[in-house]
Amino acid sequence: MLHAAYLIIAFPLLGSLLLMTFGRRLGEPVAGWLGTAAITASFVVAVVVFFGVLHAHQTDCIPGLLCQGSPIAPGSLLNDQFVQHLFNWVNVGGFHANVDLLVDPLSITMCLFITGISAMIHLYSIAYMHGEEDFTKFFIYLNLFVTSMLILVLGGNLLLTFIGWEGVGVCSYWLVSYYFQKDSAASAGKKAFIYNRVGDVGFLLAIFILYSQLHTVSYVEIFQRAGHLSPLWATMAVLALVLAASGKSAQIPLFNWLPDAMEGPTPVSALIHAATMVTAGVYLLCRLHGVVNLSSTGQGVICGVGLATAFVAATVATSQSDIKKGLAFSTVSQIGFMVLAVGTKNYEAAIFLMVAHAFFKALLFLGSGSVIHALDGEQEMVRMGGLRKVLPWTFGTFMIGWLAIAGVPPFAGFFAKGSVLDGVFAKSPVLWALALLTALLTAYYMSRLFYLTFTGEERFTAVGPNGEPGIEHPHESPWHMRFPLVVLAILSAAGGAIDLPWVHTWGLDTFLNPVFLTTTPAATNSGSTQLFLAIADAVVAVAGIGLAWVLWRGKAARPELTPAFLKRVWFWDDAYDAVIGRPATALSKAAAIVDDEVIDGAVLGTATLVRRGADQLRKAQDGYVRTYALSIAAGMAAFLIYLVTRVFS
Amino acid sequence: MSVNPSWFLILSALLFSIGAFGLLIRRNVLVMFMCVELMLNAANLSFVTFSRMLGDIGGQATVFFVLVVAAAEVVVGLGLVVAIFRRRHHAVVDDLSSMKG
Amino acid sequence: MTNHTFPYLDVLVLLPLFGAALVAIAARTSDQIARSIALAVSLLELVVAVLLLVHFKTGSGAFQFTSHHSYASALGITWNLGIDGISLFLVQLTALLIPIVLLGTSVKAKGGAYAAWMLVLEAATIMSFVALDLMVFFVAFELTLIPSYFLIAGYGHERRAFAAVKFFIMTFLGSAFLLIGIIYLGIVHQHQTGGPLTFALGALAHTHLSSGTAIVVSLAFLAAFAVKAPLFPLHTWSPDAYREAPAGASMVLSAVLAKLGTYGIIRFNLTLFPHASKTLAPLVLTLAVIGIIYGATVACAQKDMKRLVAYSSLAQVGFIALGTFAFTSQGLTGAVVMMLNHGLITAAFFLVIGWIYERRGTWQVGELKGLQGPAPILAAVFTIIMLASIGLPGLNGFVGEFLVLLGTFLSHRWWAVVATTGVVIAEMYLLWAYQQAFHGKAEGANATTADLTVAERLIVAPLLILIVVLGVYPNLVIARITPSVARELAPIVQTTTGVYHRAMHSIAISGRPSGSDLDAGVIGAGEVQR
Repeated sequence: MLHAAYLIIAFPLLGSLLLMTFGRRLGEPVAGWLGTAAITASFVVAVVVFFGVLHAHQTDCIPGLLCQGSPIAPGSLLNDQFVQHLFNWVNVGGFHANVDLLVDPLSITMCLFITGISAMIHLYSIAYMHGEEDFTKFFIYLNLFVTSMLILVLGGNLLLTFIGWEGVGVCSYWLVSYYFQKDSAASAGKKAFIYNRVGDVGFLLAIFILYSQLHTVSYVEIFQRAGHLSPLWATMAVLALVLAASGKSAQIPLFNWLPDAMEGPTPVSALIHAATMVTAGVYLLCRLHGVVNLSSTGQGVICGVGLATAFVAATVATSQSDIKKGLAFSTVSQIGFMVLAVGTKNYEAAIFLMVAHAFFKALLFLGSGSVIHALDGEQEMVRMGGLRKVLPWTFGTFMIGWLAIAGVPPFAGFFAKGSVLDGVFAKSPVLWALALLTALLTAYYMSRLFYLTFTGEERFTAVGPNGEPGIEHPHESPWHMRFPLVVLAILSAAGGAIDLPWVHTWGLDTFLNPVFLTTTPAATNSGSTQLFLAIADAVVAVAGIGLAWVLWRGKAARPELTPAFLKRVWFWDDAYDAVIGRPATALSKAAAIVDDEVIDGAVLGTATLVRRGADQLRKAQDGYVRTYALSIAAGMAAFLIYLVTRVFS
Repeated sequence: MSVNPSWFLILSALLFSIGAFGLLIRRNVLVMFMCVELMLNAANLSFVTFSRMLGDIGGQATVFFVLVVAAAEVVVGLGLVVAIFRRRHHAVVDDLSSMKG
Repeated sequence: MTNHTFPYLDVLVLLPLFGAALVAIAARTSDQIARSIALAVSLLELVVAVLLLVHFKTGSGAFQFTSHHSYASALGITWNLGIDGISLFLVQLTALLIPIVLLGTSVKAKGGAYAAWMLVLEAATIMSFVALDLMVFFVAFELTLIPSYFLIAGYGHERRAFAAVKFFIMTFLGSAFLLIGIIYLGIVHQHQTGGPLTFALGALAHTHLSSGTAIVVSLAFLAAFAVKAPLFPLHTWSPDAYREAPAGASMVLSAVLAKLGTYGIIRFNLTLFPHASKTLAPLVLTLAVIGIIYGATVACAQKDMKRLVAYSSLAQVGFIALGTFAFTSQGLTGAVVMMLNHGLITAAFFLVIGWIYERRGTWQVGELKGLQGPAPILAAVFTIIMLASIGLPGLNGFVGEFLVLLGTFLSHRWWAVVATTGVVIAEMYLLWAYQQAFHGKAEGANATTADLTVAERLIVAPLLILIVVLGVYPNLVIARITPSVARELAPIVQTTTGVYHRAMHSIAISGRPSGSDLDAGVIGAGEVQR
């Protein structure tokens, strides 16, 4: 069953190619259905392959595959990793990078939730994008995105992953600047792409470092040889990987493109900028856990980046007035938690949170999309409120998402965040305290967002602060939009079941263990400690919700709680602009002047010099025959004298 | 009194000098032309002299080349002089410096 | 050495020349007929080139289809042609581009002469790529200047005369050094062997020079090639020439002609002066890295699309030089791959920019806005070219760039690290230009910009298809390039023991059964050393 893995990628690719060729003729809504069908087929294949991998747990090898399954040495990292070779790609000298798919528990877990959520969001988009001029193009991009994302997770070597990595980046660029006639959308797309490219430098350097030290880019071989990596090079590689991850996963110092990316249509925000693409950095770090394990400095840096990002983004999220921006910072913060988990070598927890986050954050974004759809594109929470009655379905599902992300038991977020925090506690109680504070903020800002949107008075009927006309009859969304909301709500509510902390015989933890081969740090906590931690998590969640209720009940705006410092993201963009942006612009202008004046000046100066010299010389050519004759005679005389003196000396 | 070959060479040098001197100091194109001819023939004279002295017929052959070239030069040169005369009614070289650099 | 019954290379060189004569005669009666003939000739040339590609032996690093005729034996010049993996795709590229240029670009008047000059340029360029006699190469190298000059000066834009003269004089000055170097090398070789004078590449490669002399002579060669490429800081002819030239000439100039520079470095500097090249490597690598960063930085400040592409080319050529002087198989292969890919990309750029100019009469980015609305296909085509130029994996630009950086990292780590940051800057100016010209709301003349016609789509299609195919399956070219690269590197690797051992180590440690020809090439080179 595993050899069907390439079909997971092939279906979305086929979908996008079909849409590119016939999309215009198909038009709305058939193009959308075609796109959704392609992803659904991919999901079905992923499920089949998943059972194949599950089955492979018991047997060592699957016939028809290049089998890497049998353990090479005790404790080898090669268990349950299956490489499917498709074709040769780049082979130069000792460098081999082929199109190989690595189908192991980790990648198939990723595939499952990526294809599943993508299918939901495609379905949702059919209704959401209704009436858009470039309806077909949207689905081309979306299918291409899923293709790239699947290449990213299934790629068997760093180079193939890099293809997917860049592919999702460029699809994100297209989709963010989908409304290209809006200058802000165009700029946001560009910003996202450039920030990602800065991260890509890290990815490239990581490839170079690993190849120059281990002479391979294939994951399986990297794990085999990771022991040859000196601590210094391991740290260098991890630092490069952190740079890569911070670009793609919107972590400090490259996180501020993500809020701007909300210029894209809401389904895009849900799929790319919440559920899938932005978690790619975390996936990369998990995928290369063998390298991360070698560098404690690297782990420290990862912890630092993750925690700082989680905290900064959480504070910023408390003061956003745009519903999507609020969710965007929440995403940044949650990914910070995942990165923190990686830094504590708690890879299973990172993946667990990634999956749970994909459920509830996609749900929240789609819910916000439903709200925005109902309010004719209004995104400011100042003009919402009281939507509870108008949008009952959206309200109900959004509430589940809210409780899940806040960490209220027994929703998915409680278990996922809990397993991350347990690991952090095992590493350092101080870090844990900070992380817990961030969790409190999470519960607080999500509750604020929820109250502002759904409770209180109906502010949308009134004329807006900038003179927008009131919205009289907001309407609940059609079924294609409600159905994904319900499915995701169920997953958000019950998603914790995939990895219950007291179950050790099945579940995500057990499934992924052959990949990571580490004992979960949380398991080192004693039973009573675990209970204490779980209670602390729950208390913090409830406290955050309560705090928000006290502070924001019935209010539409509280300027004293949303200072400019937080609204403007700790002045991060302004600082970048002052420190990098403006000097760089000046530098490039200066370089252009240098090129024109100095370098080209030298070239043209030489030409001028020659011309000036010629101007002097040409005076000798005065046009008088006698002058010429005299100079000939003088020359001859000189020649004669020379001859004579030579002869007589 | 036998004629020593060196006399011919001295004569040739004198003729050449007269020609060169004339070329340098005269302004009239026709006179300058005659000076050039004088120089050419001075050279011819030395060619013939050396030919005799060294018993090499090549020198005398060269003279024929020079004569032919000189004739050709006179044809072109006089044609130019006539053309200039038609336009300017005189042939003073110092007025003809339009080819200066 | 295989001598095919069909003299492919002689035909490739002579066919366009005869075609040009025919076109020039036809141009007296009608430009229309002349252009049709030119197109037919260039398509025939393309067919011959493709046949050559089909018959090219993939696993071999040696020169193939060699043609050897005595030409002026007293002067030591022989009509000595041959092709290997390094020149193969440059010839193919030239043969592909000329029909595209003739179809895709037009000039206001004297179209017949334009087509004839294009064919002369094609002949001279292909002759340069396949010449194995230094004098024949030099003649062809110089011959390219004449049609280029007339194409720029005769059909260019406002400052065409200035640009043409600047281009001519700068490149000509460089070639003067080249000529001196060639003659010196020939004479020294004759003295050493006591045999007849020869300028054959294979013979001259065995000339013994003291290390000091070798450096001086190799600098003379480098001078000509660095101007042509162009390498920083000898590049200033290129923005003017590319800007002022008509679209077709910009395409050929940047895509193929400039490659003569980098090709010359690989073919002649590396072959003739392996030791000196190694000594000069830090200098060239530094200039290359400066070129990468500097070209990209200056490009950021350009408001004129053609100048922007010119500076972006400077950065790309920097990558090619970087890979060349890294002296690793990955680096040099990457450089050769990049020559082809940059040719495809930059030609496509100038073609599309030419079409934008035809519609809007400007290249100023500031005067264009929102073109994606009225002209979505044009925008899509431009996007693909832009992404390929940025080096997006899956498109052709990436493969070369990646191999170059990887190869450089293996031997010269810090240069590679700095060059990698150039990747980011390269993206900034292209995205900026794209946003300015294609995003936003189109108004006025921009709103009525016509989209690409069906004919134009078909003309640009071959370039786009190659951009995608060579990105997805680069082995098509890499497999043909690597054996020649291994041959070219063998003498240098012997002097570069550190890199060499590392390379051998990498083969040893990867431990894969190397069934493919590519590995055999590299390992073969190593075994000679052992």
